[in-house]
Amino acid sequence: MSTLEIKDLQVSVATDDGPKEILKGVTLTIGDGETHAIMGPNGSGKSTLAYSIAGHPKYDITGGEVLLDGEDVLAMSVDERARAGMFLAMQYPVEVPGVSVSNFLRTAKTALDGEAPKLRTWVKDVNAALEQLNLDPTFGTRSVNEGFSGGEKKRHEIAQLELLNPKVAILDETDSGLDIDALKIVSEGVNRFRAQPGKGVLLITHYTRILRYIQPDQVHVFVDGRIAEQGGPELAEQLEAEGYDKYIKASAAAHG
Amino acid sequence: MTDAARESVQAALEQDDRPRIVSHLNPPPSYDLGDHPVPTGREETWRFTPLKRLRGLLDGEASDARLTWDQSVPEGVTVRTISQAEARELGEIAPNDRPAALAAANSGGATLVDVPAEAEVDEPVIIRLHGESVDDLVWGHLVLRFGHHSKATVVLVHTGSARYCAITTVLAGEGSQVNVLSLQDWDDDAVHLGRDAIQVGRDASVRHTSVSFGGDLVRMHANVEYSGPGGEAELLGLYFADEGQHLEHRLFADHNAPKTKSNVLYKGALQGQGAHTVWIGNVLIRQVAEGIETYEENRNLVLTEGCQADSVPNLEIETGEIEGAGHASATARFDDEQLFYLRSRGVSDKEARRLVLHGFFQDLIRKVGVPEIEERLTATVEDELAKNVLKGYEPVPT
Repeated sequence: MSTLEIKDLQVSVATDDGPKEILKGVTLTIGDGETHAIMGPNGSGKSTLAYSIAGHPKYDITGGEVLLDGEDVLAMSVDERARAGMFLAMQYPVEVPGVSVSNFLRTAKTALDGEAPKLRTWVKDVNAALEQLNLDPTFGTRSVNEGFSGGEKKRHEIAQLELLNPKVAILDETDSGLDIDALKIVSEGVNRFRAQPGKGVLLITHYTRILRYIQPDQVHVFVDGRIAEQGGPELAEQLEAEGYDKYIKASAAAHG
Repeated sequence: MTDAARESVQAALEQDDRPRIVSHLNPPPSYDLGDHPVPTGREETWRFTPLKRLRGLLDGEASDARLTWDQSVPEGVTVRTISQAEARELGEIAPNDRPAALAAANSGGATLVDVPAEAEVDEPVIIRLHGESVDDLVWGHLVLRFGHHSKATVVLVHTGSARYCAITTVLAGEGSQVNVLSLQDWDDDAVHLGRDAIQVGRDASVRHTSVSFGGDLVRMHANVEYSGPGGEAELLGLYFADEGQHLEHRLFADHNAPKTKSNVLYKGALQGQGAHTVWIGNVLIRQVAEGIETYEENRNLVLTEGCQADSVPNLEIETGEIEGAGHASATARFDDEQLFYLRSRGVSDKEARRLVLHGFFQDLIRKVGVPEIEERLTATVEDELAKNVLKGYEPVPT
């Protein structure tokens, strides 16, 4: 069982002109085993939502709550959130020179489980995960994200998703910059993850393309730090046809 | 060539269009002590070094104290004592500062490590030098000679304590492949002034690594010059300064022949009050040195408050007809984005810092190419990390 509740979340960032409010009260609940898509134009606050939930120090939570199975996520440190079952697949994964992918994966797995994984099964699991994402077996010896192509970075994020197997995964524009083959491979990985019982997915995207491969239960449209519209998968098709214009205009009219 | 490099080449050429013979970065080499006056501390080449902590080394007092030697020498390589005159006849590179001139004058003879021409020696020559006390003043004198088309590795490991001042010359014959590593793993009170100078033969390739962990004051030169075109030098360095330590590394790549290459990478970390590191990267591209390539990089990671990392790259260019010239220097604290990425995978703050630092040095250690010593370097780095990063560590506010 896993439920992620986001209640009236308000977030700001520090700028030279003082704090700037990015999220202006976001409420949504990802129920047990559900996949939600968040769509919206650039600058609408989609990534801010992802990074705030993960605990990035750049974002100040000025109001609201985030609960994972009733536990206060915002009171936890970044690594505690991960150990509680949260995972963020990043849009721009960070390079860590000199740290090999295998060392990184093993360190993360050990931290999450509180003990080192059994060597033999772990090596097998890692090789299988890399292979399923069409990553070369020598991938494990490379430094984390260093010199990776855009597609390799995203596939590596999804390999981590499968190996670390959290309760709830937030995917921040995992589809951006991927060609159609890579998009399919990445989507299959996400679908394998969510085929397990009780896994939640919050899929953040600018485009409807990925939703053809990962069918969401609900779609939320983000405009200017708020949810402007929500509905079922049919909302994504409507957005594909009509774009975000009508929501941007409506938001401007309502909030100036 | 990058635009930045092209601009700096242009600027250097415009600055001074008179033909120059002597680099202002390095005094001309000489055995004559009169050419190397006692420094006052105001000289460009001495301004970073706390002279008082040299414990009178520069007075040049005679001493017959020695470091204890423990050597493992693979078959085919010989180690023997030669006179100072023989060292010069072999083509030793003359001293470029007072400590090196004192070492040459006071050593009473040199040790020659001789790798015959065309010998390919897989196992490294390892020489362990150990000092018993900082009261001992020791003058050291070494010549490492690699015959033409030979291939060998020489490792010098310094432990214990002493006031040690040494002049070392590496002669890499034509087409040789040479790997030299000097590890300064001294006790807390040791003083070590070392000058390593390398002559890279035609088409030879030399890797020189200097690793400094211990000692109160360590000041190492790694100088490179070329005796013909086609030579390549890779100068690597790793240092970890703790509370009160002064670790100084001075590089000089003298491109005095065409089509030569130099590539410098030094990485350091600092922790604790008064930890001080100095990195000086001097490169001279002489008029004759057309078609050369040089790149130098220094990276420092500051782990706590109260540390100072000085990093000075200098490029002197007398010809614009080169393949490439560039340098990079960065001194920083932990990267928040790296730590966030690791922590978002469940790794604790301490463990994330340990991992980033491990990676920072591993990146260099894997280039060293001496498997016998890599493990020791990794272990020492881990021990150093444990001092602050894993125990009672207060993160630097960012």
